[in-house]
Amino acid sequence: MSLFSLSAKCTCRAVSMKSHRPSFNLLTNDGYSVTKVENLHRRNRCLQSHITRVTRLLSSEPHHSKVPKVATWELIPEDQLPPPAHLPADLVDQLERLALVDFPTKQGLACLEKAIRFADQLHVVDTSGVEPMDSVLEDRALQLRHDAVIEGGCAEELLQLSKNTVEEYFVAPPGNIPLPRREERATMMKHSEL
Amino acid sequence: NATNNNNDNSRSDPQQLVGVVGLEVHAQINSNTKLFSGSSVRFSAPPNSLVSPFDASLPGTLPVLNKRCVEAAVMTALALNCTINKKSLFDRKHYFYADLPAGYQITQQRRPIAVDGTLTYSILGGKKRSQVIRRTSTIKQIQLEQDSGKSLHDDLRSQTLIDLNRAGVGLMELVMEPDMSCGEEAAAAVRELQLILQALGTCQANMSEGQLRVDANVSVHKPGEPLGVRTEVKNINSVRFLSRAIDYEIQRHIQVLQRGGTVQNETRAFDSKSGFMPEPNLPPLIVYEDNASLPTGIDACQAVVVQEIRAGLPELPSIKRDRLVQTYGILPEHSFTLVNEDGLVEYFEAVLKATTKEPRKVIGWVTNELVGHLKQRDMSVSQSPISPSALAELLERQESGHISSSVAKQVFQEMWRSPGKTASQIIQEQDLGLVSDATQLHSICQKVVDSHPVEVHAIRNGNKKVLNKLMGLVQKETKGRADPVLVRAILQEKTS
Repeated sequence: MSLFSLSAKCTCRAVSMKSHRPSFNLLTNDGYSVTKVENLHRRNRCLQSHITRVTRLLSSEPHHSKVPKVATWELIPEDQLPPPAHLPADLVDQLERLALVDFPTKQGLACLEKAIRFADQLHVVDTSGVEPMDSVLEDRALQLRHDAVIEGGCAEELLQLSKNTVEEYFVAPPGNIPLPRREERATMMKHSEL
Repeated sequence: NATNNNNDNSRSDPQQLVGVVGLEVHAQINSNTKLFSGSSVRFSAPPNSLVSPFDASLPGTLPVLNKRCVEAAVMTALALNCTINKKSLFDRKHYFYADLPAGYQITQQRRPIAVDGTLTYSILGGKKRSQVIRRTSTIKQIQLEQDSGKSLHDDLRSQTLIDLNRAGVGLMELVMEPDMSCGEEAAAAVRELQLILQALGTCQANMSEGQLRVDANVSVHKPGEPLGVRTEVKNINSVRFLSRAIDYEIQRHIQVLQRGGTVQNETRAFDSKSGFMPEPNLPPLIVYEDNASLPTGIDACQAVVVQEIRAGLPELPSIKRDRLVQTYGILPEHSFTLVNEDGLVEYFEAVLKATTKEPRKVIGWVTNELVGHLKQRDMSVSQSPISPSALAELLERQESGHISSSVAKQVFQEMWRSPGKTASQIIQEQDLGLVSDATQLHSICQKVVDSHPVEVHAIRNGNKKVLNKLMGLVQKETKGRADPVLVRAILQEKTS
């Protein structure tokens, strides 16, 4: 399973946007979306509530795009980067267990190392005195909901989403199937040529 | 005889090893809806009927925090003397399990809503276990987090059935420092915590229904030395079993070390590799100290104000107990029984209103007779067949000398068996009234004196204790209904 493609191409998509108004309605949790979900529930279409709507506003006014016309990024020289991360086998094992992602071949591992190297470029940015950001919502007030029942009671619809059910229960494999040990996986790797 | 100097340091001296216990308590918040969704919170319901799209982790759904859960956490934190973090943060704790549909649990690891509290509890010590000894355990933090769904393991068909009704229910996790040393302390601490949570109404704290879940971290060490390897005691559904399980685990550790072995820890492997990250869908949670510190324009129903919650705190169990001891002059151990049983304080006070008897003389009837009978039949105070006024009447009859104490207990039993019958009725029906008729008593006493010359002789020679034997004989004659005070006086007169 390949991780992600590291394309170094600059992807500039031309999108018409009014610069002074948000141009798409994201399903946010600032109270607005709750109403949406409520309404959808009342219309008994609870499953369709998770479709994100993106609308773009077309405008005849001249727009000032913030997207540069020419690529502006530069390659960062190796000497500005920290030393390349060494990934001991135990660490790779731990990562695999946490994320349930498999790096079955040398190629997969190389891909992981390249990904980390790509992210190392962030070290060039001076973040002294800047608090890490957890959420783009950090300046917003956390919306509190009144403690009244407004949803639930859709067992049938939820169970329809699952291939395997027994009476009104979802069915899962027994307990957690442990990831085979590294030695076992090495044997498996030898047998699967990629 | 050569002395055997055992220099084997690998065996720990069992006398010196002491237990170290730290509790992790998960209290299910008493709210109508879940922590981050508007689906209902109920103990038993058809599987997956209390599940919203968010609870099932369907894509595109987002968490919206329940105000009641925040208030409950603040109230609990205040009752436990915690410092409230005006700004607290939410995190995701990642792990894979079928009853955790999102693959992570939203919790407050980094910066929880409250820190640094204390839980004061009491154990009964001393020779007769009637001495009340106060202990304090430190609460490291209180955090809001989601409960997971329920897994039913079907080993026969090699599958697990998942019910998400509980997934997303609000929990308060109370993390306590390892400052307890045995099962008894842990049990006492948990019982006090149950009383506090029930008094606050923030959690119904019923262990058997899973509203209060307690995990105990147990280790042993020699005092002064570093802590030993920890193991966990989990999935306990009663306070009594918690105490036993902890003591058993402490003993197991000691035995392992005695044999020269090392304690193995299996479950902690997960935590050391924790997958934590900040919850990006939730901004920080802000609670305000008082109305003055509210930002302008804020909607009142969007603000949690600590001062208001503090002002609304009900009387906590420890305060109640002190008040009862002060007001009624009862012993501290009695106050524990009164506060431990639902409705018992009200019952006791109702009896006092209807009788002239001193509280100290009434308390025994309530904490021993009444509670004893209730416990035997696993009944609650509200189910008692003897009402406060009925008990008061019985006590009046005893106080006024119509019946003896032992007869009073008999009448109590009879009243329990025949609810509706008053004490007076039973006394009359069974002719249990104290025989105080002087003439009658005189003649009975005379009969006894006449038929026991040896004993009379002994008394006259100075052996006063023999009088008790004569008294016993008189009581036998009167079927225990003779007024003991009178009988003693008459016998003394006749044997002087």
